[in-house]
Amino acid sequence: MNIIVPVKQVPDLVEELEINEDGTDLDRDYLSYKLNEFDEHALEEALLLKEEHGGTVTVIAFEGEDTDKALYTAIAKGADRAVKITNDLPPGTPNHVLAKALASVLSGMEYDLILTGVQAADDRDGQLGVLLANYLDVPHVSVVSGVAPNNGAVTVQKEYAGGVMAEFEVDLPAVLGVQAARQTPRYAPVSRVRQVMRQAEIEEVEASDTEAEVGSSIRRMFKPEKGAGAQMLEGSPEEIAEQIIKILQEKGIKK
Amino acid sequence: MSQDVFVVAEHLQGKIDDVTYELLGKARELAGQSGGHVVAVLMGSGIQDQAGSLGAADKVLYMEHAALENFNPESYAKALSHILEQNKPRLTLIPNTSMGMDLAAAVSVKNNLPLVAYATDVQFDNGQVVATSQLYGGKINVESVLEGDSSVVSVLAGSFPADAGKQDGSPAVETVAAPDGLDQTRVRFKNLIQPEGGDVDITQQDILVSVGRGIQSEDNLPMVEELAEALGGALASSRPIVDNKWLPKTRQVGKSGLKVKPKLYFAVGISGAPEHIEGMKDSELIIAINTDPEAPIFEVAHYGVTEDLFDVVPALTEKLKS
Ligand SMILES: Cc1cc2nc3c(=O)[nH]c(=O)nc-3n(C[C@H](O)[C@H](O)[C@H](O)COP(=O)(O)OP(=O)(O)OC[C@H]3O[C@@H](n4cnc5c(N)ncnc54)[C@H](O)[C@@H]3O)c2cc1C
Repeated sequence: MNIIVPVKQVPDLVEELEINEDGTDLDRDYLSYKLNEFDEHALEEALLLKEEHGGTVTVIAFEGEDTDKALYTAIAKGADRAVKITNDLPPGTPNHVLAKALASVLSGMEYDLILTGVQAADDRDGQLGVLLANYLDVPHVSVVSGVAPNNGAVTVQKEYAGGVMAEFEVDLPAVLGVQAARQTPRYAPVSRVRQVMRQAEIEEVEASDTEAEVGSSIRRMFKPEKGAGAQMLEGSPEEIAEQIIKILQEKGIKK
Repeated sequence: MSQDVFVVAEHLQGKIDDVTYELLGKARELAGQSGGHVVAVLMGSGIQDQAGSLGAADKVLYMEHAALENFNPESYAKALSHILEQNKPRLTLIPNTSMGMDLAAAVSVKNNLPLVAYATDVQFDNGQVVATSQLYGGKINVESVLEGDSSVVSVLAGSFPADAGKQDGSPAVETVAAPDGLDQTRVRFKNLIQPEGGDVDITQQDILVSVGRGIQSEDNLPMVEELAEALGGALASSRPIVDNKWLPKTRQVGKSGLKVKPKLYFAVGISGAPEHIEGMKDSELIIAINTDPEAPIFEVAHYGVTEDLFDVVPALTEKLKS
């Protein structure tokens, strides 16, 4: 099975995020980026499928912050090909535009399956995978946590709430929005990534279509009220522990 | 072009999900402003009687077809696209749930409608639809203006009270014919898989100590488990802990896990992503330990601690035991 995994760098959410002066984007000067965690799962699932059933894995990403590093890391993990889309599409470009551009690139490629992360931290205008599938006119299932080939189709599990899952059979080619790979995404040692950077090549392509109707724009970005309800407890760990016990006693949770 | 506000009803195993009522309540308010009607869209097979529970709507559009018996990303998207094409409502609200994710972006492309996702609020402002989305793991809110005279907003579950949308009544039910070829799909529903029962039912516990990725390693779990024991409660967790197979799925709180409402929810090293908050925000007392003062968990917590969990948790356990 030939699998394509589009991946995206997103701001690292563990860092402090600041908003720019006119309040319509993040202040991107000091942001650190990392691969969208659900894309990590999509890549892992693709590599597992390749190991079990053969085929190839191609990772594809838009040019941007640390894109090369992300692509080389994917090769170090076992991807066969890395492709970079070189159009000038700055971070924060709406997903409709990215999906349309990806569709124009992918329609010239051979694939059975496209695995995307189910969502990303900055998907304001909808999830990339579902948009992409509809531009390509191929079937899609999102929130997937299990994929198995089945006579030219795939059997997938889609998660609902409360641990209930639905099983679907999906004709290929198809797009799946991966929630979780069957195992924790593998890790590529830095030495291996360095080696790949010397040996492997990233292919470059230009998307022919970056015109999508988005139909919405950002008016304002703001941080939620900090600790809107939370009263902060301070002091040494022991003092904090005493305050917590007092609260629990007052609420009748602890005698 | 109508001024109506459409709500896509979500159902599983013959039961309408609460998120539908949350959206219906909001739609009532919005339709009051736009001067249109609230229309619930119900797609399924043999569930026409469910329309009676959608009394907050003025009208229910019901599409009955064998291909709609169980949710199917392809047949449902086709059906919804057909309904929106025929009706062109001012605004369509879709739950930003597992099912809704497969619909909202699909009809956005199929019907060329603007879409804003992850919304926690929707308003009409000077005749325009304005939606506020919770992005970046709940750390940033983004207000978007949607253009055009018909658009789609997908709304996070738990954003509005369900009570406002739970009204008795018998809305007019209009049956809509299914589009041709609805059963010719490339996606086929096979079956539902029910979760395995666990040792502990976390939805029935008064006290939950819930652990997140801040715990770093499986080896550190006993430390948190000890705290749970000292408090007389059970251990729960965020999703990554379950994905790592450190705890069984039955311990997962959130959108794709369980919804809990204990007397005490003690969150340890959990950031408070919207998908997690959805499952625990109605807990009576929430205490959170997280070194990041901007962690969204502090927006729903009653008490917060920004110290290292590896210092506070053992100190608390010891004091509770003595
Ligand atoms: C469709 C879908 C459904 C989902 N369903 C669920 C669900 O049901 N439940 C769920 O939980 N998630 C769910 N998620 C995942 C969710 O988006 C988040 O990825 C997840 O909740 C993050 O878990 P976390 O808070 O444990 O990890 P992180 O977000 O990584 O947070 C770890 C936190 O620990 C803090 N920390 C680190 N070290 C320390 C320390 N020493 N002391 C104190 N604090 C520390 C950090 O500051 C950070 O805030 C879902 C996602 C999708 C797309």
